[in-house]
Amino acid sequence: MATKPNDYIPGVASTAWACLAFLYIPLLIVIFFSFNAGSRITVWEGFSLDWYHRAAENEQLVKACINSLIIGVLATIFSTIIALMTAVAMHGNKLGARTQSSTYFMMTLPLLIPEIVIAIASMAFFSIIGLNWFIGDLPLGNVLIAHTVFCIPFAYSPIRARMETLQPSLFEAAADLYATPWQAFRHVTLPLMMPGITSGAMLAFITSIDDFIITQMVAPPGGATLPVYIYSMIRRGITPEINAISTVLLILSIVMVALSYAINQRKA
Amino acid sequence: MSSPAGKRAWLLSPFMFLMGVFFMLPLVLIVGYSFMTPQETGGVMMPLTFEAYTKIFYETDFDGKKVFDPSFLLVCWRSVKLAALCTFLCLLAGFPMAYYMATRPPAQRNFWMMLVTIPFWTNLLIRTYAWILILRDGGLINNGLRGLGVLAEDQSISLLYTDFSVGLGLLYSYLPFMVLPIYSNLERMDWKLVEASADLYANRWQTLRRVTIPLCMPGIIAGSILVFIPCIGSYLAPQMLGGATYMMLGTKIESLFGAAKDWPFGSAASVALMATVMIGLMIMSRRGGLKELV
Repeated sequence: MATKPNDYIPGVASTAWACLAFLYIPLLIVIFFSFNAGSRITVWEGFSLDWYHRAAENEQLVKACINSLIIGVLATIFSTIIALMTAVAMHGNKLGARTQSSTYFMMTLPLLIPEIVIAIASMAFFSIIGLNWFIGDLPLGNVLIAHTVFCIPFAYSPIRARMETLQPSLFEAAADLYATPWQAFRHVTLPLMMPGITSGAMLAFITSIDDFIITQMVAPPGGATLPVYIYSMIRRGITPEINAISTVLLILSIVMVALSYAINQRKA
Repeated sequence: MSSPAGKRAWLLSPFMFLMGVFFMLPLVLIVGYSFMTPQETGGVMMPLTFEAYTKIFYETDFDGKKVFDPSFLLVCWRSVKLAALCTFLCLLAGFPMAYYMATRPPAQRNFWMMLVTIPFWTNLLIRTYAWILILRDGGLINNGLRGLGVLAEDQSISLLYTDFSVGLGLLYSYLPFMVLPIYSNLERMDWKLVEASADLYANRWQTLRRVTIPLCMPGIIAGSILVFIPCIGSYLAPQMLGGATYMMLGTKIESLFGAAKDWPFGSAASVALMATVMIGLMIMSRRGGLKELV
């Protein structure tokens, strides 16, 4: 494929660059005004880091950050483990068509139902069972359960994709060499699955950190995560402090994407 | 993996348990609630009734008479319209972008991939918030136009809190959802077929229409589904860019559960939303594409 004479289509390049500009200009504006010295949000009044200091001193904001991190890390661990177990069970179509397809259905469904419906349904459900679990002294149990549930499909997707590249003969070889199922998993499956597991875990983490609607509906007082808190700040009136926190979150996203990119490069 | 199926099935149990109890059961609950009577403080009570579904079409006036009331249907219509328009525009912009990415040399491809993935992984709340800064009366566009002298000091164009701002916010939110599946489809595509088409004297438009687009259909459908579903039920864009009285299905459902404390109607509206999505899915998935999602 030295030359692709027919694949050039006029207007494609300019559309692509225009889309890129469209995607990034608003984000750059948010970043830019986070360094504004004045309190007005869209009039530049000189450079300062005041709003970052102010954000760091905002106790409620720090608390929301901690909540987000606790939920994010725990939901990532649980959802990744469950996704991995499911992928191992599903590998090689050994379960029978009905189990196989109902699992597939359950895995796809959360992506096909609008988030607001899941949010409302979870809220109604938690209010009826009256559950309010604590993690340490934080009322985060409900949020953790909800996050674990909706993170599973995101963790599952790269794990399954990786699993599909593994030859069943590898496991047969392990069994022939008298490995127990656990040993085969520990020494054969797990190392080979690692790139898929890492991407799945990262996708789950970012999904958990970014979620707003479900958390907003499910979180009890004191259980606000970062997006829920930012939303309440925006409703009270916009200040460059919001831009400062947004910039930090944006950098987190960029780091995560760069990391997953680096991992994929190494895998390839 | 010579272990019998029974030994492996237990691995599914945590997944089945969590999804069954904390996902399927709440959805069933909502369907049940839609047939019950509202409690004034929120929540539901007996008796069972179709009342909530009649509220989709009728309003009860002071005499207790039912009068046709299109307000909920208008909210439905607006949601479907905006979601369809947004899906179409995402496709119009996203396909060329994906095409451009897929025809770059591999190193550049990865870089573009990364550039599209960053907004995809960026908090939706922040991405929606950015447009408030740009569109509001004292925002960048209005300030810019005042600076250029197009607008007088006391003038401003209302950009925020309109159909336009909500549509723009939706387009901005979900464009990467369209680009990524189309790109991954195009990247896997056998480009030799495009060459072959050229060898058979098809021009580039004929090739695009008869070879590339048909081969790319699963990606296009997957992308359309990934854009359409969050659009039609979207909450943040109408809430933040549409203003307090602007309603789409997502915000309407939230307000029925929140301010209006009419849980059965809210549940019925949720069921209506799910039904709309399912109809949309059936139309879009006729040519396959659901398999691309997970």
